[in-house]
Amino acid sequence: MAASVKIRFNDATRCFGAFVALEKLNLEVMDSEFVTIVGPSGCGKSTAMNMAAGLLMPSSGSVTIDGEAVSGPGPERGVIFQQYALFPWLTVRKNVEFGLRLKGMKERERRERAMHYIELVGLADFADALPKTLSGGMKQRCAIARAYAVDPKVLLMDEPFGALDALTRVRMQDQLLGTWTRERKTVMFITHDVDEAVYLANRVIVMAAKPGRLQEIIEVDLPYPRNEELRLSARFTEIRNRVWHAVYTRAAPALQP
Amino acid sequence: MSIQSSPGATTTVAGALARSENVILGFASFVIGILFWYAVTRAGLVKLPGPFQVVSRSADMMANGQIFTDILSSLRRVFIGFVLGAGAAVPVGFLMGWYKRARGLIEPWIQFLRVIPPLAVIPLAIVTLGIDEAPKIFVIFLASFLSSVIATYQGVISVDRTYINAARVLGASDGVIFARVVVPASIPFVLVGFRIGLGSAWATLVAAELIAAQSGLGFRMQQAQLYYDLPTIFVSLITIGILGLVMDRIVVWTESRLTQWQERV
Repeated sequence: MAASVKIRFNDATRCFGAFVALEKLNLEVMDSEFVTIVGPSGCGKSTAMNMAAGLLMPSSGSVTIDGEAVSGPGPERGVIFQQYALFPWLTVRKNVEFGLRLKGMKERERRERAMHYIELVGLADFADALPKTLSGGMKQRCAIARAYAVDPKVLLMDEPFGALDALTRVRMQDQLLGTWTRERKTVMFITHDVDEAVYLANRVIVMAAKPGRLQEIIEVDLPYPRNEELRLSARFTEIRNRVWHAVYTRAAPALQP
Repeated sequence: MSIQSSPGATTTVAGALARSENVILGFASFVIGILFWYAVTRAGLVKLPGPFQVVSRSADMMANGQIFTDILSSLRRVFIGFVLGAGAAVPVGFLMGWYKRARGLIEPWIQFLRVIPPLAVIPLAIVTLGIDEAPKIFVIFLASFLSSVIATYQGVISVDRTYINAARVLGASDGVIFARVVVPASIPFVLVGFRIGLGSAWATLVAAELIAAQSGLGFRMQQAQLYYDLPTIFVSLITIGILGLVMDRIVVWTESRLTQWQERV
């Protein structure tokens, strides 16, 4: 890939007391790339993402975005949380406008921009609804619109579809890929679902636990746009099996009896 | 709260039926209670005034305007004390929740003062503040402050971390997080504190008036006690109950209006 490096982890290490959550992670994510990270719990995948988001500082090593060390959170890196994290006291539109308001955008422009992204995720009819009236998938779509609206260079997604049912999940994946194809932002997407990881990504990063570390990087040489038929193809199955093998036979420690 | 919509539209008819059944049951229970009261007093089983006596006494008290003067002076005290107490509790509670140092400095005092019943402060208040309105208002201030401050502080410390993180990644500074995330997220807690605070303010007021006052519902009962005037005591008690209930309903109504966004189970 000829693109430049967007996110770089340099020996990024994070300890919590004596516990090493992530040990010397070295990873480069290219501009406009879609990488997924899979691994067993305790492999440090959320730690890595929180460091890129600036919500967590590395104990040693560094994380850079466009060559600049991350020193805190900022609107150029959008984060999508598994628990949606919509502000329940704000309507869908006000949630999406939240970050725009912080940028000092005028009300009219803010409203237009928010509505654009709300329409993009198919929530136009719910713009004035409160989050409590939305289903899980709709909440996450609103969270995605909120993250996109501030026009981040990088999207960091921490198991965003983890709490959704299988069908909604597949639809959300297709919708996310559609948006990504159009906007071409760099995406770092954490999941524990191997199918999801392969279906979405340019590259799948497999991580291992105890201590959290990089295990293997698997290229997904399947063309975009991807669709449901692709999931049935031999090539998909082959890559999926490779990732599965890397995660479950090598990365995951045997369960203690 | 009657405006809570239940999930599943099929239950609304059943819900309406259940609600009207509740209203009927409540009314029936009320009527039975009054009848029982009438029967017991009529039969002379207890030396208490019956419903008719109490109603006619309350008509008297309304006619000469005495009850309204009493209600007004009681409500005035509660209102001033509660507004001051709750008004002071909110900033102090936010300060305690937001700054660890402030919490460390203030919390021991709050926890200590909290276990002293506000009424126990009355002798001190009378000696230092005189017998005017000041000691009563001070005691009510204390009662409403202490219950509201704890609730506010609890509200701030239990704000979900994900909301704060979500705001931070959208570019919010600490000040913005406080104003746009912590404050709205803790409003439900603050209002619960107000409800408890108002309840304890009302209870404290009536007791304070029994001890030291020249007007008010508590004072009226205390006077009536001297003359063995049971109907007046009954009228005052019932008035205190009704006013307490009305105040509580007002807070509950405000609460449901301000926190409509909350997911209720």
